[in-house]
Order: sequence, then structure tokens, then C-alpha cells
Amino acid sequence: MSVVTVQRKVLEKNDEIARRNRAFFSAKGTFVINLVSSPGSGKTSILEQTLEYFNGKINVAVIEGDVQTDLDAQRIARYSVPVVQIVTNGGCHLEANLVEAAMANLDLRDVKLLIIENVGNLVCPSNYDLGEAMKVVVASTTEGDDKPLKYPGMFRHASVLIINKIDLLPYVNCKLDVLKNNALKINPALKVFETSCTTKAGIPEWCVWLEHNLSRR
Amino acid sequence: MHELSIAQNIIEIVHESVPADELPDVRAVKLRIGAFAGVVPESLEFSFTALVADTALSNARIQIEHIPFTIQCHACRQSFSNEHGFVICPNCGGVDTKILSGTELQVDEIELDDVHAEAP
Repeated sequence: MSVVTVQRKVLEKNDEIARRNRAFFSAKGTFVINLVSSPGSGKTSILEQTLEYFNGKINVAVIEGDVQTDLDAQRIARYSVPVVQIVTNGGCHLEANLVEAAMANLDLRDVKLLIIENVGNLVCPSNYDLGEAMKVVVASTTEGDDKPLKYPGMFRHASVLIINKIDLLPYVNCKLDVLKNNALKINPALKVFETSCTTKAGIPEWCVWLEHNLSRR
Repeated sequence: MHELSIAQNIIEIVHESVPADELPDVRAVKLRIGAFAGVVPESLEFSFTALVADTALSNARIQIEHIPFTIQCHACRQSFSNEHGFVICPNCGGVDTKILSGTELQVDEIELDDVHAEAP
């Protein structure tokens, strides 16, 4: 029996492309968000509200990641921002090389903010760095307050937690404090926002905070 | 099911680490996987076995060393392990902690038979 010592990270190729993407975004002066959540938590609605806020203020571009269809890209096209759809054809997450390839169809000149909406999935996207400046995880009240405990990886890697659908709190089995505390036990540095895309509660706070972050760079 | 993509990455690393004519000799690919690496070992084993079937690596199997989740508190300097992935110090309540282990996803070693095996 002979042994070859390897000691390499399994996802080092993805990490290498992500570093390349990050350098590319930095050179373009584009701040990049990787928006992640389980399916149906309201990522696309948060994205729409964010586009609404920045409309006429700064140039924003969007990459939509979905397993099938360009329905989300169609939704976003209404906002007249450059949008590229990545269809993963069964793939459960975006990888850095898909984002790199999407750059061929996206002109980032004068684009200050690029939002990548990842495939709806709380597990797989957490392992794949895309080259973003920050991961923003959306958790909705309808999913219950135990999601951070069940899917800690996603909450550990995120910088921001948006708790969405707070208008439904009276009707669902979810305690806001419990959800928040569970997330903070995994990642005490998380910046938390509470939003509803129906009543618009919390949306301005999130957008103003993001705007400050953009101008600080 | 990103385990399929992870298995693909592992196979690429094996191809880069072992000369092509020795691939049939590969018996074990030893991995270090943290408790919070976000990988389901059974799915990874299934994916790997499915991908190497009828290839030069069909004799290879993965062996997983499971690494527990541990943190160290900067304030009280103590180290702790917990199964939830919490990073708050259970001793002093400090939040300035460092994850020591539990997020690894690494190919550690590859074991080969010395007797030359036949490619399928």
C-alpha cells in the first residue's frame, strides 16, 4: 500500500474562480450581493423592492439563478435593469464559473450594485463562494423560527439576515425573537432586518443601510 | 444534492494527484469532512461510487474522517465543542470566538495498491 498526501480543499477550484470574480468586480467598482434563501421566502420580492428603491439613484444589475424557467428574469425585466438568467438545469446552486460566464452577457460599466439571486435552497449554495462582497440570507416567518438551527451553514456565511413576511406573524407559528436569537447563536455578527414586501415595513431600513454600505466603498 | 458536484471535484483532484496509469490502483480517497461542512456523507459516497463506475477509478472508494465542531473563546481562552454549530462561548457568553474545526471539506490522502490492478 502506498499513500499520496494531497491535503487540498475539495472546492478550491470554485474558490479560485470566485477570487477572480471578486477582483473583477472590485476593478469595476461593483458591489456584489449573493441573495440566498429557501424557495418561496421572498428573495425575488426583496430584490424587486430593492430595485424600486435604487431606481434613478444608481445603476443596478441582476443575475437570476434558477433550476428551470426565466420567470424571475421576466419579473425583473419590468425594472429596466440589465438582467442575466442562469438556468442550472437541475443544479441546486450557482457556482463561481457560472457567474464568471454570465459576465460575458452583462456590461458592468457604471453598475454600482450587482445582485445575484441564487437558486432557492438553504443547503447547497452556502458552500460556493461566487466572489460576492456579502451573502444576504432571507428567512421568512412562514418557515418557522428553527431554520438557523437546521441550516446553520447558510447563516454562518451570511453578513445580513432579512426576516421577511413579518406581516404574517399573527398567523404563523414563528417567534421573531427566537428566530433572531437562533441565527445570532450561529453568527453573532449578523445584521438583521425585519421586512414585509406587502406592507413595505422594514424595506427602507434595509435599502438605506445597503446604500450607506455602497457609499462607504 | 450538491454532493454530486463535490464528488466531481474530488475525482478531478485524484486525477491531478495520481498518474493516469495508476488510477486503477487507487483503493481509498481519504477525506476530512467537518460536522458543519454541509455535506451528507451517504449522498457523497453514493455520488462518488456512481461517478467512478466503469472508469479507471472504479476500484476507488471514499473514506471519511468526521471532524467535530469546536470553537475557542478569545476572552476566556477555553475551547468547546457543540453539536449545534453555536459560536457563543458557553463559559463566559463571549461572542468573540474562533471556529477551530468543523467546516473542513478536504481531500487528505489517496491510498493505492502496490500490485498493479487491471483497468476495467
